[in-house]
Amino acid sequence: MAKVSMTVNGKAVTGDVEPRTLLVQFLRENLRLTGTHVGCDTSQCGACVVHIDGVAAKSCTTLAVQCEGQSITTIEGLASPDGKLHPMQEAFRENHGLQCGYCTPGMIMAALDIVRHNGNELDEHTIREQLDGNICRCTGYHNIVKAIEAGARAMAK
Amino acid sequence: MTANGIGAPVRRKEDFRFITGQGQYTDDVTRPGETRAVFVRSPHAHARIKKIDVAAAKKMPGVIDVLTGAQLAADKVGNLICGWMIHSKDGSPMKMAPHPALAAATVNHVGDAVAVVIAETTAQGKDAAEKVVVDYEVLPAVVDPAKAQGKGAPQIHPDVPDNTIYQWHLGDQKAVEAAFKAAKHVTKLDIINNRLVPNAMEPRAALADYDAGNDSLTLWNTSQNPHVARLVISAFVGIAPEHKLRVIAPDVGGGFGSKIFIYPEEVVCLWAARKVKRPVKWTSERSEAFLTDAHGRDHVTHAELALDANGKITALRAKTIANLGAYMSTFSSSVPTYLYATLLSGQYDIPQIYCEVDAVYTNTVPVDAYRGAGRPEATFVVERLVEVAARQLGLDPTDFRKRNFIKSFPHQTPVIMAYDAGDYNASLKKAMELADVKNFGKRKRESARHGKVRGIGYSTYIEACGIAPSQAVGSLGAGVGLWESAEVRVNPTGSVEVLTGTHAHGQGHETTFAQLVSERLGIPFESVSIVHGDTDKVQFGMGTYGSRSGAVGMSAIVKALDKIEAKAKKVAGFMMEASENDIEFKDGKFTVKGTDKSVGFGDVALNAYIAHKFTGAELEPGLKETSFYDPTNFTFPAGCHICEVEIDQETGKTEIANWVAVDDFGTVINPMIVEGQVHGGIAQGVGQALLEGAVYDANGQLVTGSLMDYTMPRAHDLPSFHVGLTETKSPSNPLGIKGCGEAGAIAAPAAVINAITDALGTEDIAMPATANAVWTAMQKHPPKAA
Repeated sequence: MAKVSMTVNGKAVTGDVEPRTLLVQFLRENLRLTGTHVGCDTSQCGACVVHIDGVAAKSCTTLAVQCEGQSITTIEGLASPDGKLHPMQEAFRENHGLQCGYCTPGMIMAALDIVRHNGNELDEHTIREQLDGNICRCTGYHNIVKAIEAGARAMAK
Repeated sequence: MTANGIGAPVRRKEDFRFITGQGQYTDDVTRPGETRAVFVRSPHAHARIKKIDVAAAKKMPGVIDVLTGAQLAADKVGNLICGWMIHSKDGSPMKMAPHPALAAATVNHVGDAVAVVIAETTAQGKDAAEKVVVDYEVLPAVVDPAKAQGKGAPQIHPDVPDNTIYQWHLGDQKAVEAAFKAAKHVTKLDIINNRLVPNAMEPRAALADYDAGNDSLTLWNTSQNPHVARLVISAFVGIAPEHKLRVIAPDVGGGFGSKIFIYPEEVVCLWAARKVKRPVKWTSERSEAFLTDAHGRDHVTHAELALDANGKITALRAKTIANLGAYMSTFSSSVPTYLYATLLSGQYDIPQIYCEVDAVYTNTVPVDAYRGAGRPEATFVVERLVEVAARQLGLDPTDFRKRNFIKSFPHQTPVIMAYDAGDYNASLKKAMELADVKNFGKRKRESARHGKVRGIGYSTYIEACGIAPSQAVGSLGAGVGLWESAEVRVNPTGSVEVLTGTHAHGQGHETTFAQLVSERLGIPFESVSIVHGDTDKVQFGMGTYGSRSGAVGMSAIVKALDKIEAKAKKVAGFMMEASENDIEFKDGKFTVKGTDKSVGFGDVALNAYIAHKFTGAELEPGLKETSFYDPTNFTFPAGCHICEVEIDQETGKTEIANWVAVDDFGTVINPMIVEGQVHGGIAQGVGQALLEGAVYDANGQLVTGSLMDYTMPRAHDLPSFHVGLTETKSPSNPLGIKGCGEAGAIAAPAAVINAITDALGTEDIAMPATANAVWTAMQKHPPKAA
């Protein structure tokens, strides 16, 4: 077993894990943060995207022990402590950017990374190209694209 | 229309929990003392199991038990079944081979489970599974449905000669032959409807918990129809009697049909939980899903269209071989028969139709319903035939369609279905306007200037939804009725819970059903909760598939609300000392006719429960009503999709330049949600047409066994869609709803292929029309640029 400590959604956490434990397993099983999902086993679908020190990463392809001392943000950590939704969360709801909800946490976390890279004025082409690492089977992406465009703009306010 | 009532684009109630990571999917549920199941699966497509040695695996760390198919058989756990009886044309019943949840004697596809390890953790279970030694005698395999019946094809199941499950037909063969003899022109096509992997983003999962004190079991699973799962597991598999088995399908991350079926893994988890006396959880990995989730489509078809001198269709015939895989999945037999051949009339007045279907076993994953289920296959046959016929006759494909459209309703087709309402010209006309068809030539020339070829393709589809009148499907072989139930519980404070037998896994029922109740009772949208997916809460229900939840499920709610209103009027009558016949109900208020005396819905709810205004002899207290609604007919959503493609001549890559969908879904409860359903359906249809295809090698290995190999549509593969609606109400249910969940997946493949073949000037292109396939076709048949 290996000891690991990191900050998750602003809180210091520690755990004893097998060295092969993936970050997503640590989040879901040790910390019971089940908003981060596993949709595949080949790092293709992006349902597991979280932020590690502010940068989007696939937590299914990251070992928990790699994150020693780092700061992790998951979907559960996006809204303000007073419960106010992040503009990107709000935009997904407002634009019907989700149906079954399973890919949604990863989509929102990936969307924030697209904004980080490209700023708040996003065009459809950029969003579609840069959403390459996330798969949705329900929405046909139409409303996800709209949501990200609107969310990015709302974040500038 | 009220702000949150029928027709309003209300934002979804369910979204808050999903966008904040608080959804509760099956794998998110845990039970104290939970163990993990890891399956040992066959690496061979077809093999005899000579011996299984679990001794070494049992000694591995964290292992609680290792169970095999022999033990399952010894415990007399029953086989999985297919619940729809199809008879062959000679009258003999379909040949259903045994499907044990763990194979004991032979394995019949790669991924067939032979043993299960129950361990403390998944990692320990996986380590132990590698120590299970299975001695296989490998047998020859067959994967291609067109070769399954041939001489020399390996026999898969001992009692199923020629691997043929049934040889079924529908229609008047003699009349069709006569029509073809008299035809002025015959259009012929050979079609392969490619095998698809559903790939709902949430992998399947099951968590079984045994309560020894009550000898009862609870199963959390990723199901579209938990009551049907409970029924099959009780009545056929025999794990526990129905009243001792609770099935909970919590949040489910997409289904598309693949989560309708009863699968081996949930049976094994239940069986194992009782054996090890601890909760047992299994969560599929994606590569496991590729090998175990029922696949879709996989038809090989020869189809012909007979035409007279005026370009009028006189007959259609089709001969289809349907691959059902290694075992018959829960509803597999119905998909290539009554959900397929019955739709071969499309939107057209076709006097005679004859269809023959051979269903075959192969050494592949079972095939069953996938979004559209039979109807996409039918639409592809009809819409390709129609498009090609128009081209061969030198007619405009839209004029040719108009010439043959059904124009008066009701319309009885020669293949069972009686279409109740529609206006096919209206959706075609509106779609052509939205797609700016009249300027297509200009755009085509513009593409040519950039070295690209442009094509336009139509798909005027029909589907039969609102599944289904119980007596009708019973006469066609269904083992169940397809009504739906609803229970409306009004609380003393006036808030309302609606228990429905449908199940939502992305469709937004918590929102749309609440819209109906809010409008009908005149109470705030926020005061309504929808409860589904738990057999301990909802008495019974048939679940969600076949675009049935609105047309059938909401109709059941309407019927229950009728009863609520009737009883509430009695309560209001006692409150206002008036006859119930003099009470009017509108906008949440009960008024004595012709007076200004009124009471609100909340007051009436409270008085129904405190029961101070009436005696028990006069009226039962409480306000709760139930309805079981059986529809009188299928519904017939229809519409027109127009796809415009631009193909790069150097790479063969097809770009979807524009997509227009105009659908007639009858009454629309929430246009935002309906549009979302259309978008998703189109994406799956485009996926089938351009990207997706399950490929087996000759030995039965699934070559496309992961998301690295099987191409799922991504955001950059698709455009934004232009979606419009026309409306003719369904006369077959009280709300006039037709259903919208499958339309996109049904319409889209033909629209794409019609566009590509239009661009290329050859019909010689199969699905998926990958860049490679299109490029290869262009080398054989160089397209004319403009």
